[in-house]
Amino acid sequence: MKKKKFSPGLLIAYIVLIFWALTTIFPLAWSIMNSFKDKKIIYQNSFSLPVGAAFSMDNYRNIFQNYNVLSAYRNSFIISGTVAFAVILFAGMAAYALTRYKFPGKKMLTGLLYAGMMFPVFSTIIPVLRMQASWGIVNTPYVPLNLLSVILPQIAGNMSFAIIVLSNYIQSIPIELEEAASMEGCSPQKIYFKIVRPLCRPSFVTVGIFSFLWSYNDLFTQMFFLRTKDNWAITILLNNIASKEGVNYGALFSSVTLIVIPVLLVYLVLNKYIIKGMTVGAVKG
Amino acid sequence: MDAKIYRSKKILPFFLAPAFILMFVYLYYPFVQNILNSFMHIKYIGTSGGEWNQPFFENYVKMFRDPKMGIALKNTLIMIFWTIVGQVGIALVLALLVTNIKKGRGFFRTVFFFPIVISATALGLLFNLVFLYDKGMVNQVLQFMGILDVSTNELIDWKSAHPIFTMMLPVVWQYVGFYFVILLTGLSGIPSELYEAAMIDGATRLQLVRYITLPLLRNSICTCIVLAVTGALKVFDLPWTMFVNGMSNTWLTGTYMYSKVYTDVDYASAIAVVIVILGVVLSFAVNHVFKQKDDYAV
Repeated sequence: MKKKKFSPGLLIAYIVLIFWALTTIFPLAWSIMNSFKDKKIIYQNSFSLPVGAAFSMDNYRNIFQNYNVLSAYRNSFIISGTVAFAVILFAGMAAYALTRYKFPGKKMLTGLLYAGMMFPVFSTIIPVLRMQASWGIVNTPYVPLNLLSVILPQIAGNMSFAIIVLSNYIQSIPIELEEAASMEGCSPQKIYFKIVRPLCRPSFVTVGIFSFLWSYNDLFTQMFFLRTKDNWAITILLNNIASKEGVNYGALFSSVTLIVIPVLLVYLVLNKYIIKGMTVGAVKG
Repeated sequence: MDAKIYRSKKILPFFLAPAFILMFVYLYYPFVQNILNSFMHIKYIGTSGGEWNQPFFENYVKMFRDPKMGIALKNTLIMIFWTIVGQVGIALVLALLVTNIKKGRGFFRTVFFFPIVISATALGLLFNLVFLYDKGMVNQVLQFMGILDVSTNELIDWKSAHPIFTMMLPVVWQYVGFYFVILLTGLSGIPSELYEAAMIDGATRLQLVRYITLPLLRNSICTCIVLAVTGALKVFDLPWTMFVNGMSNTWLTGTYMYSKVYTDVDYASAIAVVIVILGVVLSFAVNHVFKQKDDYAV
């Protein structure tokens, strides 16, 4: 399409797009800005910059003193890191078998995969809780066991999405390489781990980041299985701060900032993978 | 695929078992169990159902008489409406605009998508501050623009006066970027020759959109609407955080289900079943109305 260099239509397009961009950037910038200001100054003017005398770290000091933020970060990274790792490992293996092998029942398994993406967490959580309680991994005095009770359902919850995305990718790589390796005497396991997986690295990264973020942000599952302070992950900690610090705006601004910063950093570096992963997975479902 | 090297299937269980065992234990089995639970009497969460309800569909009858369930269903349907009109609608406009510009496409994509990666819990908190009665962002902006009278300290109590709006706006806003990216992918699949041919015939830009873009984008839009509907049924974290100290008329099916989880376990299971049924029925309906079977689908 050929276009004139400048037209009123183009100007309107830019105005609308920039307006929407402001709605996505501004609330967060506003929150970060206010997290560095004293309660009183926020109250006077929430749009002023935290510079000079207005700058204060009190909100953060207060949050770190009253809540165990570091332990929540640690729990979150253990949970979400394990989820991402396990999803990549198991979903990759299943995706490889489903794309490369022909076997009876393959259609049924694929159908189950798509059905699995339709189940909202509401429809499985009560039986999952009962099952895990009967195994003795819920509400135990041991933090690792409690974390495990969040990790397992989250791995399963991400599995269908991950297998579907990875299958699509594995399908697109030529099989000749694998045949050559087989002639050299490689076993299927070796072919998968030494050839297929390295070749599919970008899509594994996508699936890994997606699973990590989804798990990091998932409040619902955490509410069921992380019920005491030392088990809290960052999202449920934030939820508790929200109900306790109702009018302490400074504390609220700084806790929002604390939970968003790691995600923001990851997003700035890896946004290509993230956008691709989240949309491709959803569309295929 | 029937390659020689993959004829021997002895190794298959090694690859398939971990993923599918996990899914059977944590998705399919609980899903079926949950349907059974909805017909049973369960006293405490974490215990199994003792006996069948009398009559077995008691919980489903109860739902019709439960005014809170009525509110939750109504709000959820409103939410579905706004996710379709608001999210997909705004995303479509933004996507059409972005394809017409040359500079900054990547920037807008990155920025529009950003809210999706932030946890809904953080956004709930953030929007509480945005809609704050005193010194909230919205009220301050409205005062600044002169819409609210500063001298009399006129303020709007958003959460009490407009609870539904206050709850739905952030949900709709958060996912616009998601549908924007899906539609953008759909748009990039439309061959530019079509536009060129139409422009030679003297078509205006609006006609291009009406007669080429929208028809060819139909399946992408359909996908978006299905995702918007199922997404709306899954909303939980954001309203739960925003109204953490109590909901009165802001129940959604998801949040209402959670509120019953500890006090009326089998009733909560039944609500979950209704959420699934709503999702399946609405997705089929949308597919039936929108999806074209033609093979020029984009």
